[in-house]
Amino acid sequence: MTKRDEWEASYARSPLRAGPFETMSGIPLEGVYGPDEAEFPGRWPYTRGPYASMYRSRLWTMRQFAGFGTAEDTNRRFKDLLEAGGSGLSTAFDMPTLLGRDSDDPLAKGEVGRAGVAIDTQVDMETLFDGISLGSVSTSMTINSAAAVIMAMYIGVADKTAVERAALSGTIQNDILKEYQAQKEYVFPPRPSVRLVADLIRFAAAELPRWHPVSISGYHIREAGSTATQELAFTLANGFAYVEAALRSGLGIDEFGPRLSFFFNAHIDFFEEIAKYRAARRIWARWMRDRYGARDPRSLQLRFHTQTAGVSLTAQQPEVNLARVAIEALAGVLGGTQSLHTDAYDEALALPTDRAARLALRTQQVIAEETGVAQVADPLGGSWYVESLTDELEKRAEAIFSHLEETGSGSMLDGVVACIDDGWFCREIADAAYEFQSKLAAGQWILVGVNGYTEGDDRHPPTLYIDPKVEATQLARLAEVKQGRENDEVRRSLARLRAEAADPTINLMPALIEAAACHVTVGEAMSTLEGVFGTWLEPSFV
Amino acid sequence: MGEARPIRVLLAKIGLDGHDRGLRVVARILRDAGIEVVFAGLRQTPEMVAAAAMQEDVDVVGVSMHNGAHLTIAPAVIEALRTTGRPIPLVVGGIVPDADLPAMQEAGVAAILGPGASNEEVEATVRRAARSGAEGPEPADQHGG
Repeated sequence: MTKRDEWEASYARSPLRAGPFETMSGIPLEGVYGPDEAEFPGRWPYTRGPYASMYRSRLWTMRQFAGFGTAEDTNRRFKDLLEAGGSGLSTAFDMPTLLGRDSDDPLAKGEVGRAGVAIDTQVDMETLFDGISLGSVSTSMTINSAAAVIMAMYIGVADKTAVERAALSGTIQNDILKEYQAQKEYVFPPRPSVRLVADLIRFAAAELPRWHPVSISGYHIREAGSTATQELAFTLANGFAYVEAALRSGLGIDEFGPRLSFFFNAHIDFFEEIAKYRAARRIWARWMRDRYGARDPRSLQLRFHTQTAGVSLTAQQPEVNLARVAIEALAGVLGGTQSLHTDAYDEALALPTDRAARLALRTQQVIAEETGVAQVADPLGGSWYVESLTDELEKRAEAIFSHLEETGSGSMLDGVVACIDDGWFCREIADAAYEFQSKLAAGQWILVGVNGYTEGDDRHPPTLYIDPKVEATQLARLAEVKQGRENDEVRRSLARLRAEAADPTINLMPALIEAAACHVTVGEAMSTLEGVFGTWLEPSFV
Repeated sequence: MGEARPIRVLLAKIGLDGHDRGLRVVARILRDAGIEVVFAGLRQTPEMVAAAAMQEDVDVVGVSMHNGAHLTIAPAVIEALRTTGRPIPLVVGGIVPDADLPAMQEAGVAAILGPGASNEEVEATVRRAARSGAEGPEPADQHGG
């Protein structure tokens, strides 16, 4: 039996979308191309894709990230995106929510509802998903420090609307390690934070079979200035760290391996990005099988979400961003992404307007419906150039893994935490960011409209206006919820949370779900945990 | 016009926003240009920034914002600097929509450095702000955005 025969067998078992699969001039297309003994999609080592039939069975999920203002504002945008043909929801929270602070916290002033939606209590979460059945839509929630608290509220909404927990489908980012390395939205020190991640992984393994309890994210590492190589290596290293944390908590590798998911950037260097996704799949499969002993094929198959590179967008001649986004999105699709967010062209200026958000979704639809690229799996596999780049990225990532593993005396978890403690990741990323800026300054890299081709229309389109009244509205709602809740219940549930936080063998999810149900605020839950776990300050460097 | 000593700049992020790529790149651009950088980093309050600016005797304060809170935070920093008795010029970096520029100018922001500002613009803006601090205010200007 050749490798092609094995692939044929898996392909034959896959349900397919309606065809015909052919070129514009009617040439019939096979599901994949390559010699009989080549690598094949859906087969070890999964370089060419996690599934044998890839987009022939199902297109990627077009998942547009949205969130601003109050829960009502974002609920309206969600419904618009679903009506326009979006196939999943993705929630952006405002900065105070991300950092576990209530809207009435002094440090939240000016930030309520600005860069995402403000959520203080489970009541806001009910409003956010009002009229949307949690059992029939897949939801992504981008939150890390306060992930367990927000997840508890989401579960609370499901419980209250009689949706089975087992029917919940979606992803919560819950990737705290890259916060210390890149995005800097941390609260507690790394060790207790990793415990919270592991608690959610354990809880999902037991109760949420269709949920991805962590989305291991390179996106922010790249946005902070890393190279593609660093994005690949740091992200997978963080993935290995979570695997080790979950194993230490007593789970078996195949109990949670299939539910791990990833999130990568789609930057503008087209072929390198495609090679990055291919290398990621091959590395993950090998480490999961050979290092961590996974046997379930689903534990070996790296599945990922992609977002086009916000950092590649320019404020100058912003319409040009439409072209950048289309090219980046195409790299994600040719790289075999499972879901995709396309940035709006006005995002270097402000949060996107409705019109810009719709154009971004349309860009994906053009790629899906008009270009024909979704008919054949890994169409660039076998290209000498792409294969060579894939191998090279893999080699460079392995060199970084060796450094981390040595630092951790054989443990990736300990190595990653040690390199967070001494600021190694931050320095590496800052160095790469400065190197790129120096290339721009020297004219060695041309950014159209910024340091080249600067003549032309530089007027800015109208941007999204967020009513400053949002803050007042949210503060009034929070006060009302606090007024109406049972204070004894609140005190009791916070006491339970405090006690259980002090015992690392207890899973904190049940206590958080109980707290959410009696309308404990995000800030109250987080500061209770902070009282036990402590606060993190990053090591100083320039 | 020789400088008695190198210009000193305090760089900080105010509030909860952790996006520090821009601030770190600016720190290195300024350092390479012979400007002394005091890097206060993340999660600062306007009061912390004003106190550090006095203590470090800086000529310019630079804050970076990517969280949409500039209309609240920039005036608060200016007010905190004013109460120290020596109003140090404030340069804001990051994403500030066009519609907010008049309000920023009215609040007394010395200059805004938007996305795509070149190394030369960054250095020149800080030097100009330092001069304006020494000689009295000039109208706000904007570069690169």
